[in-house]
Amino acid sequence: MNFKRFGVPAVVAVTAALALSSCAANEGGGSATPEESTSTLSGTIDAAGASSQGSAQEAWVAAFQTANPDVTINYDPSGSGAGREAFIAGGVDFAGSDSYLKDEELAGEFAACAPDTKAIDLPVYISPIAVIFNVEGVDELNLDSATLAKIFKGDITKWNDPAIAALNEGAALPDATITAVHRSDDSGTTKNFADYLNQTAADVWAEEPSDTFPYQTGEGAQGTSGVVDAVTNGVNTIGYADASRAGDLGVAKIKVGDEFVGYSPEAAAAVVAESPLVEGREANDLAIALDRTTTDPSHYPLVLVSYAIVCQEYADAAQGELVKSYVSYLASEEGQSLSAEQAGSAPLSSELGEQVQAALETVK
Amino acid sequence: MTPPEASTITAKQRPGDRIFSTATLVAGVLILVTLAAVAIFLVAQSLPAFTAVADDFKGDAENFWQYVWPLVFGTIWAAALALIMAVPLSIGIALFISHYAPRRLAQGLGYIIDLLAAVPSVVFGLWGITVLAPAVQPFYTTLTEWFGWFPLFAGPVSGTGRTILTVAVVLAVMILPIVTALCREIFLQTPVLHEEAALALGATRWEMIKLAVLPFGRPGIISASMLGLGRALGETMVVAMVLSPSAIISFAVLQSQNPTTIAANIALNFPEAHDIGVNILIATGLMLFTITLAVNMVARYIVERRKEFSGAN
Repeated sequence: MNFKRFGVPAVVAVTAALALSSCAANEGGGSATPEESTSTLSGTIDAAGASSQGSAQEAWVAAFQTANPDVTINYDPSGSGAGREAFIAGGVDFAGSDSYLKDEELAGEFAACAPDTKAIDLPVYISPIAVIFNVEGVDELNLDSATLAKIFKGDITKWNDPAIAALNEGAALPDATITAVHRSDDSGTTKNFADYLNQTAADVWAEEPSDTFPYQTGEGAQGTSGVVDAVTNGVNTIGYADASRAGDLGVAKIKVGDEFVGYSPEAAAAVVAESPLVEGREANDLAIALDRTTTDPSHYPLVLVSYAIVCQEYADAAQGELVKSYVSYLASEEGQSLSAEQAGSAPLSSELGEQVQAALETVK
Repeated sequence: MTPPEASTITAKQRPGDRIFSTATLVAGVLILVTLAAVAIFLVAQSLPAFTAVADDFKGDAENFWQYVWPLVFGTIWAAALALIMAVPLSIGIALFISHYAPRRLAQGLGYIIDLLAAVPSVVFGLWGITVLAPAVQPFYTTLTEWFGWFPLFAGPVSGTGRTILTVAVVLAVMILPIVTALCREIFLQTPVLHEEAALALGATRWEMIKLAVLPFGRPGIISASMLGLGRALGETMVVAMVLSPSAIISFAVLQSQNPTTIAANIALNFPEAHDIGVNILIATGLMLFTITLAVNMVARYIVERRKEFSGAN
């Protein structure tokens, strides 16, 4: 009876809400002022790749389509490997990827590119990875990479282990078992986390970094939100996740040089800016060999860098022009501040941003 | 009297008859074609996986059988745990509805059980991860402290409660409606004569159920359980969301490392799989297909064999 009285208006309200809110991305917002919509770009860009860029790409696509009403962009967050594969096969116009192109991939042909030209890697998305924890009575936690590696490898099993206690003087560490939560699905976050441990504590973390968590220890959870949920709802837990998702959880500081450093967008961008480019690549290829062994305490070396992989020269020049303008928007200050706001990424340093723009100038 | 000549009496074929019989034939053939198409797809796509080398597999597996064996174990183990919890409970609920509850209460209860079947599995997954797992974690801790000597409850306990036991509880809740509904229907069909005869001989109500209802319903209970098992074996989202998976074989139900299921493993790894990784996942799907087929065939066999003794005919 109550349902009858309130149900009908509720159904009408829901239907109306659905009907009224179902505008396309490039209709909404009302920010499409006349001078912006004079854009001459038109066409469709298909892209696929890293899910880490997913929420940033959503924001970028919406903003770019608003500014260029005749452009349609589809980004399928199917994963870095799948994205690179689709790009090599010519299925998509550019790929988003948490790893730069491998040498053997560069040695092959790229179907979307002009014959005998190669693809280049352009960093467009930097995200610090936070080590999150939920331990009763502990608000702050300092860890060095060897201890962190031992915790996730299962060598350290108690919170009051001497190795942790030595780094956290005065903290009331409980005599409780550590539950270390890692990603159960493949993830660039895992790869970058493992790469950090492998570079800085190779004697503990000997496994080659890959998208899959290498050890049969600790606890697995699906996706970033799964890890955050598991750490939040569990007891005496620790995990790693994109920093933007850490929320109210405790975030451990990691040891860089002689100091313990918490994540910040600036520190994350700094380590990327200071790292050298991968050697033996084309001049315009901005693949970054992240130097996670930095001892500069203004750096936060636990970061994820995600690339847009584009052709140096597209087989279809008009399509090349379109991709070029979109990727150049991603790397622009405007695009970077949008993703910082919407996805919690760390904006590219202005120097790196300029390098990306310069590389894009040469894309045809 | 001459025997009727069957050949001379032929019903006139009307268009309606022809259309209807063709339509049913097409429907019947279509289901076979669909099944065959799925089987052919699975086998064809799986072939490369059987010859894959150690580098193609995640973890330490060196060939396909090493890779898939813990998954097969996890699939059966999780489903079996769920079944152990769900079937006795379902029989109890069904008996209460069919033989004990007052009529009005029985109807209401029946509706509520059916409603449970309408909850999407992803909702059960969310419930498992945000409500059930944190709620049972302290209980698990106590269990390992007191009964840690028993291999099932061996420590160290998971700090989040996202273990295979939690998954089995959620799976049990999910298969409860289907098993209960079928059992209830079967119990209601017990011949009233059998029940009255038992009561007339001085049996109590419990004895009457034991003598008349349960033997009559046994094949029904088994086929209901097998349907539930089928759902538990194939359930994907709940396991993927709630379980903390590892590629291990372990009977301990309270630890952080749990054997995962085939369906959940496919759901977790497919999004980022490429090249031969896809073939390997499809080959594990083929294994699941084979297991469910085998389970259903065994159930059929049991039901067929028991039918004669049940008094159902």
